[in-house]
Amino acid sequence: MIPELGHYALVLALALALVQSVAPIVGVRTRDDALMRLGSSTALVQFGFVAFAFAALVTSYLTSDFSVANVYENSHSLMPTIYKFTSTWGNHEGSMLLWVLILSLFGALVAAFGINLPATLKANVLAVQAWIASAFYLFILFTSNPFLRLANPPFEGRALNPVLQDPGLAIHPPFLYLGYVGFSIAFSFAAAALIEGRIDAAWARFVRPWILVAWMALTLGIAMGSYWAYYELGWGGWWFWDPVENASLMPWLAGTALLHSAVVMEKRNALKIWTILLAVLTFSLSLIGTFLVRSGVLTSVHAFANDPTRGIFILVILVVFIGGALGLFAWRAPLLKQGGLFAPISREGALVLNNLFLTTACLTVLVGTLYPIALEALTGEKISVGAPFFNLTFGPVFIPLLLAMPFGPLLAWKRGDIYGVAQRLMAAGALAILAVAIVLVAQYGRATLAPFGIGLAVFVMGGAVSDMVERTGVFRLPGATARARARGLPRSVWGTAAAHFGIGLTLLGIVCVTHWSDEKIVELKPGESTIVRHYHLTFEGIVPRQGPNYRDQIAKFTVRSGGAVVGEMMPSKRTFVARDMTTTESALMTRGVSQLYISIGDARSDGSIAVRIYYKPLVLLIWLGAVVMAFGGGLSLSDRRLRVGAPKPAARAAMQPAE
Amino acid sequence: MALWLGFALLTAAAIFAVLWPLSRPGKVRSGSDAEVYRDQLDEIARDSAAGLIGPSEAEAARVEVSRRLIAAKDAEQIAAPVNPAHSLWRRRTLAIVALVFVPLMAGTVYLLHGSPQLPAEPLAARMEQAHKNGSVAAMVARVETHLDRNPNDVRGWEVLAPIYISLGRYDDAVRARRNALRYGGETADRQADLGEAMVAAENGIVTVDAKKAFERALTLDPDDAKSQFYIGLAAKQDGDSAKAAKLWQAMLDKAPAGTAWVPTVQQALAKLKGGSPTAQANPQPGAPPIAGNAAPSEQEMAAASQMAPAQRDEMIRSMVARLADRLKTDGADVDGWVRLVRAYVVLGERDKAAAAIVDARRALGSDPDKVRRIDDLAKGLGLNG
Repeated sequence: MIPELGHYALVLALALALVQSVAPIVGVRTRDDALMRLGSSTALVQFGFVAFAFAALVTSYLTSDFSVANVYENSHSLMPTIYKFTSTWGNHEGSMLLWVLILSLFGALVAAFGINLPATLKANVLAVQAWIASAFYLFILFTSNPFLRLANPPFEGRALNPVLQDPGLAIHPPFLYLGYVGFSIAFSFAAAALIEGRIDAAWARFVRPWILVAWMALTLGIAMGSYWAYYELGWGGWWFWDPVENASLMPWLAGTALLHSAVVMEKRNALKIWTILLAVLTFSLSLIGTFLVRSGVLTSVHAFANDPTRGIFILVILVVFIGGALGLFAWRAPLLKQGGLFAPISREGALVLNNLFLTTACLTVLVGTLYPIALEALTGEKISVGAPFFNLTFGPVFIPLLLAMPFGPLLAWKRGDIYGVAQRLMAAGALAILAVAIVLVAQYGRATLAPFGIGLAVFVMGGAVSDMVERTGVFRLPGATARARARGLPRSVWGTAAAHFGIGLTLLGIVCVTHWSDEKIVELKPGESTIVRHYHLTFEGIVPRQGPNYRDQIAKFTVRSGGAVVGEMMPSKRTFVARDMTTTESALMTRGVSQLYISIGDARSDGSIAVRIYYKPLVLLIWLGAVVMAFGGGLSLSDRRLRVGAPKPAARAAMQPAE
Repeated sequence: MALWLGFALLTAAAIFAVLWPLSRPGKVRSGSDAEVYRDQLDEIARDSAAGLIGPSEAEAARVEVSRRLIAAKDAEQIAAPVNPAHSLWRRRTLAIVALVFVPLMAGTVYLLHGSPQLPAEPLAARMEQAHKNGSVAAMVARVETHLDRNPNDVRGWEVLAPIYISLGRYDDAVRARRNALRYGGETADRQADLGEAMVAAENGIVTVDAKKAFERALTLDPDDAKSQFYIGLAAKQDGDSAKAAKLWQAMLDKAPAGTAWVPTVQQALAKLKGGSPTAQANPQPGAPPIAGNAAPSEQEMAAASQMAPAQRDEMIRSMVARLADRLKTDGADVDGWVRLVRAYVVLGERDKAAAAIVDARRALGSDPDKVRRIDDLAKGLGLNG
């Protein structure tokens, strides 16, 4: 009964979404309050239905109900409960259900918390959101239905792909989807503004918190995915320029650009066309990512659905929404009036520069990702565009962007004083040069680019710190005054500084790992030792261990540093009975923010094993930086001015007579 | 019944979501652009008080924002009033849509792919049920679950292995035998059983690996009858009939009176000397067939096609009998039924084929798709069973 109720709830969500696609727009056209209000109630109930459907699928997974085909294909009665739960979205159909769950969640959030939005804008946004939702409900119900049943259910399922049996699956997809799908709201806002023909500074203020939420989630989702790949795939790399990774990076780059251009639009009523375009583009890139992953165009760890009909369906969604939005855009473009003017050297100018670099970077990734696919489709020739291409193209675009980044927040709106800003960045610059010099001397003749990478990272972080020092006046003014000023600063200023500082941290991690990682591949017999950097590792032997649905062959290592034992590491080969598959479970030991990483090969008959040992200096900074970036986003979001739907009734009442 | 009640409740909730806002009077609560601009004016005041922007920039910004504020206020004033008559008409239309379109559309789309007749079947409940009914598949699943958690239970593996063979799951049988060997320690019997499972998995061919297992068993116990027999079979398959005959004869010579496997070996030896095609026979009564296949495999079919017609018939008949036996215990295998019916038709036993179709329909009754396949087959073969 439960799976069928879930199925039916999903169908009802579709019916409501169809009503919601039309009624609020009619309401706006005819100024009918009841019809506009309808969007909110259907959005909330629609979310309720999808949540119900999702809960039904989760229940089927938790109770191993193999009469549901999707459960049979992706679960196994012996899997630990947490993986039974995460299996729900560890497959194409279930993950699409998670996708629409988040889509409807955002609709419901707008309905519930968008009380500061003008009623017409809100109604239009909800209608556009319902268009997207309807398309995806149809997609799920007709091509990827997770509620299809088996009349003669087998007694055991086929189990989740062992690579996915990891806590990472509990975090990575939900965050990533929050990000991907969150940008649908930006798209809906853009389409709504175009329908209404009102594209102004206020719009940018209204849409900004939603962009921030999506951006934060996407940042965390990408970081989590990267960390997961790092420890699970056993190659010790943290980014592979895999097309699917690129598919998540592109919306992030475009979304970051959108975040910044929306600020300009909000403050200066400028860059309006560009911001609207970016909002459309960002979600389009999310859709392209979905298309690439699920159409069978790509083969990768992520591509779990290789079905051409699905691919065509998503392609149609893609074309209709991107085409439709651009059509709307062409229709309304004449309405867009020139906004505020500004000099090239100004905060606006800096943000335009940021946008130029970010979109160029995004374009490079897009070309690098699509070119091989297009080439294969046209000529049948298979090429792979990998790290060398991206390092050569992406790097040169990002370096000037990072160099310019500390200047941006310090420049004034309209017309900035570049010399004044340069003076204020003196300290950061000096620190950076010092860092370059120290590393250059210490590493003389070994790494030529690394010192400059370190210098750039220090400059970026120093710039963020100088900005805050400057604004609070912490070294110039008495302590109490500085504290008061620090409190008085809008949270979004703190958020900007934190996010920029996070970029510096990530960069520092990347440079260190790229240039000073140690890798050692040795074959060890039990009792033998090897040395990596200043760690002395002894291979103690192999012990078997029985897990809930797998068997481990654990290789025990004792790690010593300076003669003292600092810990044990236990990488393993894990054999999953149900799928007859073996995965490599690497072992990580965290020392500060650096890590020791061991991954083992198959054991030989004489008891020896091939071992790969890496020492990754400051590697955790890569992901820690992303967390700091997301934290900065959170600070911005908590800014009083951006808070959604937090009206202060008393203050409003006090303001009313003044109108 | 509960299911339809659930559907009704969900539908009611959906209709309510549409009707509720229509029934509420009053204006919709709305934020406005003006608030944003007022906020911006406050911010400019704060920034200039903190000295973040100079007085002239602050003034310019104030003018700019104020201009937007005025424009926004103007826009709010000119919103057109609503015509109550039109409004009522629209709301009624929408109410009808909610009451008719939503349930109709939901019902239609749901019935396209939904299976309201199928209950949920959580595994725990099914296991209990199946245990009561004594279904083989369920028992196997239980034992598997138990063994996945306790792979050291050697007896479990040894019980499971022959069942796997009778179910046609030869690779699993080999795995079970290997596990028995791994966790229970090496004995001649376990090596021989492993070898036998491997032979079954390879359609009766004694492979190099299987032969190694038998040889290993013989080093542990030179008198192990099963291994001796298969080593002989290996020799025969290598074309060395003389050696096979010698080995088997030696077995018979040494066998004490009343040994269970003697007839089997005698039969094999007789066929070897008489050139009979079915040299494959059971080494022990009650042990699984050595050829292993409850269902005829492609290899067997290919081998059969090169034999003399009478020999072929005999081989096919023995295989068909095995298949029929298996389908008696495990009737859910529609492919098995199709093969059985076809085989009877090929053998010219149309009445048996018709009877098999009746049996198949009975065994597959719960699954309309599978029954349809059987019906199609019957029609195609002109059998009106």
